[in-house]
Amino acid sequence: MSDAILKVRDLKRGYEIGGGLFSAPRLLHAVKGVSFDVERGTTLAVVGESGCGKSTLARMLTMIDAPTSGSIEIDGTPIDIARSGITREMRQAVQIVFQNPYGSLNPRQKIGAVLEEPLLLNTSMSAAERRDAALAMLAKVGLKPEHYGRYPHMFSGGQRQRVAIARAIMLRPRLLVLDEPVSALDLSVQAQILNLLADLQDEFGLTYVFISHDLSVVRYIADKVMVMYFGEAVEYGTRDEVFENPQHDYTRTLFAATPKADVASIRARLEKKKAAAG
Amino acid sequence: MSLLEIRNLSVEFDTAAGPFRALAGVDYTIEAGEVLAIVGESGSGKSVAMLALMGLLPDTATVTADKMTFEDIDLRSLSAARRRKVIGKDIAMIFQEPIASLNPCFTVGFQLDEALKTHTSLDRRQRRDRVIELLTAVGIPEPERRVGAFPHQMSGGQCQRVMIAIATACNPKLLIADEPTTALDVTIQKQILDLLTGLQRDHGMGLIMITHDMGVVAETADRVVVQYQGRQMETADVLTLFENPSNPYTKALLSALPENATGDRLPTVADFARDYAKETQAGTEARP
Repeated sequence: MSDAILKVRDLKRGYEIGGGLFSAPRLLHAVKGVSFDVERGTTLAVVGESGCGKSTLARMLTMIDAPTSGSIEIDGTPIDIARSGITREMRQAVQIVFQNPYGSLNPRQKIGAVLEEPLLLNTSMSAAERRDAALAMLAKVGLKPEHYGRYPHMFSGGQRQRVAIARAIMLRPRLLVLDEPVSALDLSVQAQILNLLADLQDEFGLTYVFISHDLSVVRYIADKVMVMYFGEAVEYGTRDEVFENPQHDYTRTLFAATPKADVASIRARLEKKKAAAG
Repeated sequence: MSLLEIRNLSVEFDTAAGPFRALAGVDYTIEAGEVLAIVGESGSGKSVAMLALMGLLPDTATVTADKMTFEDIDLRSLSAARRRKVIGKDIAMIFQEPIASLNPCFTVGFQLDEALKTHTSLDRRQRRDRVIELLTAVGIPEPERRVGAFPHQMSGGQCQRVMIAIATACNPKLLIADEPTTALDVTIQKQILDLLTGLQRDHGMGLIMITHDMGVVAETADRVVVQYQGRQMETADVLTLFENPSNPYTKALLSALPENATGDRLPTVADFARDYAKETQAGTEARP
């Protein structure tokens, strides 16, 4: 029996756009009915280009936005923020890391305060306990105790993303949604952050929903892959199924568009070029 | 004669904390019709080098070079007025953020026309035809209608196409593309790269691709320069670089690619950086 921590069934979200005094608004379907399960301690990668609804999906999973219809179940608890609102416990279950570590940290807040804020709002820990927890978390994500009193502008992009990840796991969430966490980072920093995510997953048994458009990263990190296209899940399966045997045309287009950095493809390209020139 | 030849280019910035050396003695050569990729992470000085070439650095920067020639023009001693004749016409540049590099207050047609008005002697009607022709060439649908569009009415990919149209308006001999696809989706990236390499082939332009994406390098370049912290690590043709990298940094960079992952964790460049810092430290100490 599978141990699904996240169960999503036929999830839909539409937005009303336009419309004035005399014209009817138009309904834009950002997510048109997706269903998937994520097992505890595994990673589901959601792939797609801008406008395919993957961030809308992230907003619904993190309870920022209510779905129009469909159901989300986290650890057996149905989530319906439109009807029953949201409780502290629910907030603690899911956390999110955003793409741009420059925009997601408050420039006026010291790193220590950034990390303590989730505890301040959601728990009854004392100031000393919060401070200890923040310092412990800094060490976990590979930062030093002296970083506690520094401001975000004193950090590099990779370090800021470490802070954002640390903040997200302060409350020990069961599910972590990562919205393009490495796409703004350099290659070598990207490798470090991916390693950190793998370490944290091992240590805390975290479950990830990893949103990305970079297929090489997805292939490396994901257990299951879902490909979205115009609000629909056009492909859903284990990593090997999707990468070895893509079913949908869009998935194939996506694979074909991804630059290949292996020697054979370079050689093929150079030969083609030579043939065209000669 | 090479299209562009730069020898021992250094750039220093005056900062509050004293001079900061962004680029320490790098060399570039590019032939007509060649695609050169400059690869490096942030802080490697890859953009600074090209901005120095274009004369776009702020006053706080000091640029020194033993040689900096474009065809037979010495770019070091060029007056501002003469430089403007070359820049934008024979050497053109496109930037990473297509939406930010277009002026939001003017239509794309106007901005294209501006380049033509400055650098060519075409009359109004000819320019109008050329604008439509350029927009068609870069693959903007319904160009007659889109000339009147403002940048915010277009997608990121379309804005980058417009930027490419502006840059290629006067058939430049050298096009510099600074991270042209970093902000774009993979499918759009593919289209833009195909467009750039297509234009490069058709017009026999020299093309310099500045990027941090090894995939983009593999897909476009003939020759590659690898930079790290303002120094040149390796120059090699693209096949040699991927097949048989000689420099430890290049090796580290290639092994950090997720598709080359073998074990559970990715090797990172951090190990290399530590050795490198030690090495350069020792180097500066040895030199009196």
